[in-house]
Amino acid sequence: MDFILEPWAWYVGGPLIALTLFLYFYFGQNFGASTNFETLCTMVGAGKVSDYFKKDWKERDFAMLFVIGLIIGGFISSNFLIPNQTIDLNPKTIQELTDLGFTNVSNQYFPDEIFSNEAIFSLKGFLILILSGVCIGFGTRYAGGCTSGHAITGLSSFQLPSLLAVIGFFIGGIIAVWFIIPILF
Amino acid sequence: MKNIKFLLLGIFFAIVLSKVQAISWYRFYEMFRFESFHMFGIIGGAVVVSAIIMQLFKSEKIKDINGNKITPKQKQKGYIRTLVGGTFFGLGWGVSGACAAPVFVILGFKWLPALIILLGALIGTLIYGLVSKKLPN
Repeated sequence: MDFILEPWAWYVGGPLIALTLFLYFYFGQNFGASTNFETLCTMVGAGKVSDYFKKDWKERDFAMLFVIGLIIGGFISSNFLIPNQTIDLNPKTIQELTDLGFTNVSNQYFPDEIFSNEAIFSLKGFLILILSGVCIGFGTRYAGGCTSGHAITGLSSFQLPSLLAVIGFFIGGIIAVWFIIPILF
Repeated sequence: MKNIKFLLLGIFFAIVLSKVQAISWYRFYEMFRFESFHMFGIIGGAVVVSAIIMQLFKSEKIKDINGNKITPKQKQKGYIRTLVGGTFFGLGWGVSGACAAPVFVILGFKWLPALIILLGALIGTLIYGLVSKKLPN
């Protein structure tokens, strides 16, 4: 049981993510996560405002089950499989974030400064989350994929658009943590 | 319910991402600051093992459950689409620490902030749907 409850090393993660990709394809579907945003839009009636969403979401019922599985898996993990959310961060990272005013750094998965009720019920905190979401939704659809679809499926099948997209992910991510986070906090 | 296997696969994937901390805001912050090998090891490892799997698919040594050849979908080409779209995604990912699969996993940890991010993502997707024909490729 110890193995289940302790954090898993990085070299366990890669092969298990690849196993997920393998099974997804083996079951007859293309591995990726961000198309689900489109499917959810279609399900709530976005087809009324744009033909882009006029699709039959029932063709993607398997993907909706995968999404439900992700939520259940997250719930199981948070409640039963991770008794201790301590993260073994680089001391330099901890110092930087502490200097920015973050507290309890690396004692939990999600920083209070962004995820606590106090943060999300403030205008600034709410805008941080919702606008990040808008960038994620718009960006993945424009780029044609996310970390699963581009960085893993696309790079491993040697597709040039995926390499470009991953370069884009890093341009955006670097701007976010080097410039935007220090301005926001 | 022949698709129940996707539900189980989703549960498995969520547990893997949670246990290797690939849903933690701090891990992505650290990755974009290049201060840790952890996330690079995970993503790099996933890509290397997946590349081997892709070769087995390509040579048809492994076929899907129905006996068909497995070919990953070809991604849409275009420099602006991939680089600009990718940059937008990276901005959202870097600030919120959530990407497309983890946002659903985070719902099981911190449901309210994850729901706000998800709502934003659906608005962003809707905006893309409305303007997609006018955007450069």
